[in-house]
Amino acid sequence: MKHLRSIDELGLDGLNKLLQLTDHMAEINQRPVPKVPALRGRTVASLFFEDSTRTRLSFETAAKRLSADTMTFNVSTSSVNKGESLRDTVATITDMGVDAFVVRHKSVGIPWQISAWTTASIINAGDGAHQHPTQALVDCYTIREATHAQNFAGMKVTIVGDIKHSRVARSNIQAFSMLGAKVTLVAPPTLLPPDISHWPVDVSHDLDEVLAESDVLYMLRLQSERMAQGHVPTLREYSEQYGLTQKRVMGLRSNAIVMHPGPMNRGVEMQIDPSDVKNSLIHRQVANGVSVRMAVLFELLGSGSNLGGQA
Amino acid sequence: MRKSANEVSSREAMTAADVRRAIVRIAHEIIERNHGVDGLAIVGLQRGGTWIAEEIAAQINQIEKSVAVPVGALDVSLHRDDIGLRPVSLGAISSIPFDLSGATVVVVDDVLFTGRTVRAAMEGLNNYGRPRAVQLAVLIDRGHRELPIRPDFVGKNLPTHRGDEVSVTSQGVFVTPFVDAKS
Repeated sequence: MKHLRSIDELGLDGLNKLLQLTDHMAEINQRPVPKVPALRGRTVASLFFEDSTRTRLSFETAAKRLSADTMTFNVSTSSVNKGESLRDTVATITDMGVDAFVVRHKSVGIPWQISAWTTASIINAGDGAHQHPTQALVDCYTIREATHAQNFAGMKVTIVGDIKHSRVARSNIQAFSMLGAKVTLVAPPTLLPPDISHWPVDVSHDLDEVLAESDVLYMLRLQSERMAQGHVPTLREYSEQYGLTQKRVMGLRSNAIVMHPGPMNRGVEMQIDPSDVKNSLIHRQVANGVSVRMAVLFELLGSGSNLGGQA
Repeated sequence: MRKSANEVSSREAMTAADVRRAIVRIAHEIIERNHGVDGLAIVGLQRGGTWIAEEIAAQINQIEKSVAVPVGALDVSLHRDDIGLRPVSLGAISSIPFDLSGATVVVVDDVLFTGRTVRAAMEGLNNYGRPRAVQLAVLIDRGHRELPIRPDFVGKNLPTHRGDEVSVTSQGVFVTPFVDAKS
């Protein structure tokens, strides 16, 4: 495996391999000294053109626990402000000797574009509303950890909220259905992409209707900048219809799981404190983020699976 | 890496009974060397060393009966010095559910060869605490060391060619001689 750019590029075998590898990394994170020398001498550069807290920090932590060196590229203090192009920025960092780029950018397809410009591995940490594969890996791993299910056959996953602008939703829909889950999307018509007839999903506009049947309830952040674009009439109306309220929590199955990729909008899609939900896995999602990203970095840079595969 | 021994050309270096006797003897030697089982912990290396570690611990518990010796398993693949030089296949997940600080740790593996696995294991152990002492028990010492490492307890010294395959199970030890592909 050379790059991790999207879930469909990864495929089911790759997905399972990374989830299995994550078990090993999770054990390392339990040790009194959670650090192994596996990627000693390797360098990982974070290239974030969009804001991030957990993704960037968990990649950085993951790289350090594997003993890789890290470089962080901060757009606001970089030569991008002097007009340096993306291509020149990538070339400059490549010349310093980098083994992997972790890339987040507002434009779709940037990770593919960058991989044409460098010999380093590319990890997509979010491109526009397209893909966020490591988040999907985190979510699959978290569900697997909670349910002890090796695959998700027969599992009903409901994804609620701003599907249209969500790269997390797109990666998760691919990953969940690859593992055999049945995915239902719940959103107002204005927050669904125009044509999803070829997506492996059911669509509903009524959260209460599907609530009682869901094994996993996956809440998405309402990207508040969308308000201005008239996608939802008012925040209050949105949270009435699509937010997780105390009443809706009562309507969940006793063993149903609640997830959220963060950052959370309290009072909008989350009307209650997640710690009040019995089976909330939101903290596990963050904790597993480091183990999953260790697995990804090790697979790309240390596993030797590229040996002989490339010139 | 180590092939199964059911090929015609392999020869038996130890029988199942030999293996069992060696394990019993090593268990006695460990107790004798450490004047008992106080502070003793056994850690088997994934995957070949784990069953031997379990067996040795079971023997020790039968002999001493005072306290149960804790047994752990360590996968050293992420501590190896040849990462990036060859494909890595991870063993089973490590499990050392006790603090190693102050313990006398007996590292157990099936075959001692170059010594690189043991070096990786000594480094890995430090993630779990600072042992008072580390000792090494192996069922087979086949020579060809590349590092200054020697075992404290040996089942059998077995001179081999570098390219030979040595396979160890509770059913016995088998050696498949190296065949030069060119000849």
